[in-house]
Amino acid sequence: MERTNLPEDGVRYARANPGAAVVAAFAALLLLDLLAKLVGVSLGPLTVAGIDFGPFGGEMALTRVAGYIWDGVVIGLVIGLASIGLSLTYSILNFANFAHGDYITAGAFSGWAATYVVAGLGGLLPILETAVNSLTGIGQRSITDTDLVSLVLLQTPPATAGANVWLSPVAVVLGLVVAVGLTIAMALALDRVVYKPMRGADGISLLIASIGVAFGVRYLVALVFGNSRRIVTSTEKLPEFTLLGTRINAHEVTLVVVAVALMVGMHVLLQRTKLGKAMRAMADNRDLARVTGIPTERVIRTTWILGAGLTGAAGFLLVLSQSGLGFTTGWRLLLLIFAAVIMGGIGSIYGAIAGGLVIGLASRVSLVWLQGDFSSFTDPAAFALMILILLFRPSGIFGGVKTA
Amino acid sequence: MSAVDDARGVLERVFAPDAVKVFAMFAGIWLLFYWFGDQLGYTNPFILSLVRRVTFLSAVYALAVLALNIQWGYAGLFNIGVAGFMAVGAYSVAMLSGSPSGTPPGLGLPLPLGILGGVLAATAIGLVAALPALRLKADYLAIVTVAISEIIRITFNSPAFADVTGGASGFDNLPVDPVRTLLLTEPGSIISEPTALGQPIFAFAAEHGIQRLTVVNTIYTLGTLVVLLGVYLLLERTGKSPFGRVLKAIREDETAARSLGKDTQNFKVRAFALGCGLMGLAGIIWYAMGPRASVVPVNFRPELTFYIFIALIIGGSGSNTGSILGGALFASLLFEAPPRVATIIGNRYEIAADPANLVQALAPIVDGELMPLAGFLLNNIDTLRFIGMGVLLILLVQRRPEGLLGARKETAAAVSLAEDTRTGTAPERTTAAADGGETDE
Repeated sequence: MERTNLPEDGVRYARANPGAAVVAAFAALLLLDLLAKLVGVSLGPLTVAGIDFGPFGGEMALTRVAGYIWDGVVIGLVIGLASIGLSLTYSILNFANFAHGDYITAGAFSGWAATYVVAGLGGLLPILETAVNSLTGIGQRSITDTDLVSLVLLQTPPATAGANVWLSPVAVVLGLVVAVGLTIAMALALDRVVYKPMRGADGISLLIASIGVAFGVRYLVALVFGNSRRIVTSTEKLPEFTLLGTRINAHEVTLVVVAVALMVGMHVLLQRTKLGKAMRAMADNRDLARVTGIPTERVIRTTWILGAGLTGAAGFLLVLSQSGLGFTTGWRLLLLIFAAVIMGGIGSIYGAIAGGLVIGLASRVSLVWLQGDFSSFTDPAAFALMILILLFRPSGIFGGVKTA
Repeated sequence: MSAVDDARGVLERVFAPDAVKVFAMFAGIWLLFYWFGDQLGYTNPFILSLVRRVTFLSAVYALAVLALNIQWGYAGLFNIGVAGFMAVGAYSVAMLSGSPSGTPPGLGLPLPLGILGGVLAATAIGLVAALPALRLKADYLAIVTVAISEIIRITFNSPAFADVTGGASGFDNLPVDPVRTLLLTEPGSIISEPTALGQPIFAFAAEHGIQRLTVVNTIYTLGTLVVLLGVYLLLERTGKSPFGRVLKAIREDETAARSLGKDTQNFKVRAFALGCGLMGLAGIIWYAMGPRASVVPVNFRPELTFYIFIALIIGGSGSNTGSILGGALFASLLFEAPPRVATIIGNRYEIAADPANLVQALAPIVDGELMPLAGFLLNNIDTLRFIGMGVLLILLVQRRPEGLLGARKETAAAVSLAEDTRTGTAPERTTAAADGGETDE
């Protein structure tokens, strides 16, 4: 076997892809800078052409970097979950769904409304007890008079409602289930009404239709829940621990556990079942799949169920960790999700997961360099990363290996 | 032949020329809003102000839609970063022509120079975006352009450059409205002494009880209509030029166009840059001066792009006249009309109920009370309007993707291919001309 000469290979690669080489060099520079910052080395303030770039390296505590990384992982897992859904519909239905962000919003609102009702009424037991009492007269009515309307509309203060995984875990789990279920129901209904009549249409027509869906869903949510942004979860009595100087609370741990479990489940489903095989076949070539006898309509339905379910869960979990929720929450996340999907290669669920993590990390770790007034540039940094990948590796960083 | 068919035939012939269509539509919009004003109990000067407002919005939407049409309708480039390019235009003018003593300081260049600079800046940013982006598939192009427009908006919004851009609160120090310079000796003050030109105009307006601000805005709006006409004629001319014919060929079949030896990439980049420049112009006229002057980042959110897209789809992509119709119909009927209609209905039926949320609005229905629901819907007419836009967009894509005028044939050839030009055959009108075909004679 011939030994490869690494430097020579590198030079050849740089000659073949000058753009990619520049990007790689820039990334290496940033990495070096990060290492210098961690060690505490600084090379005097750099001034190029009259613009002050600040010192190379500098001071940055390891705990702060660890904090950014943890935040990045948390948001990255949410983006990853949502990206799987978008990636599935993108590859099987063949269009970029601009309403995907609003599916997240719908999932988050419906799920948290359920959590608020259950938690606000004191948990499942009193509800059951009261139901039994009103039907049969046995036992007692243990629900005190509560303002159900403001619970459903998420207007009760979070601490009063007890929207917290520690105080009312059952309510949170139920909320997650409702978020998944309602988003699936909504996606199927929208597919039936909007996308099914235009099944054979080109990607751009479907994309435009999805913009219409996005408007409809977003403002329907605004009509029901109002258009003010609110804090939904409470951190009262929430257990937390400190690792490497980063505070990690139970909500974040819940998010990581649930997200990873859902991703593993997705993997098993696509790789081990006949359905997964059918979906992969259809993503590859729809006509061929139909000729082979794959029930394409059923596969499409399954795609929506899986994609929307994960998306609804992503919305619910997003609120669990970030706690803010407004009717544009999902829409604001949409471009980051697109970035993740494109980075991972459309149609690849592992790519989507990895892309989500990369985008999540990029949007938080870039705070190492984008400090102070520049901190609003984290999203543009992620968008720029996406544009670069589209230009130099349009099939995604994993080379377009289709898994879904 | 029945009388109905005859009347229809006459109507079709009358409405065949584009000028008649556009004029009839504007007349219809003006009549409708005159009626709204009348119903709302406005006095004549206020009605003028209302009609002026809707005309201005119609004109600027039409401008932006025309610019998008050259990209999507002609060259098939799916650009959903319109708002970003409009922002570049508006911000550039503000920075170039704002007074050097204000905050944030401008360069104080004369306004025509500033406008030229703004259009060129938008064109340049368009070129930078286009060169790499046009190598991508249509849906990737869409995502890249919307990302670019967000990067532009966030950059203008960022506190890091607030000294130059004004940050989140926007660029306050806008250039002086050209109409004020024309009519007033001191453009900064609306009550200052009018110039020789302004004297008779203000005197005439004062006789009819019209305020000076309304006069200035009305004249600006008329100017906008003139610009719209100019851009329309430019694009009509472009569409019929060899350049435009190649663009149409690319839209229909890029491979075929390339096999005929056309450098399609080059044409697409030029069309994209031209469209971006015109978007910059639309942004300047809309936001950098005139009655709606406000250069603030929130004006340039992606929603603006989607409104312009809906307008283009209503009018029919590929048709310049359709673009104007779509822009004006969107701005007037979908954007400005609903709140007016809601107020009129609320007044007429004396709906005073104001439930705080949907549950309180729906619950009384059990007791046969419909007023709370009606009150809730009227109070949330803005939200309903957006839901309506979404539904309309879906219906249009499903049922009438060609819009109002997009379906008609725009022949790329210099002579009508449907016409039988062989000698000896009877000169007969062919069907292609009857369906409103645009001929290039």
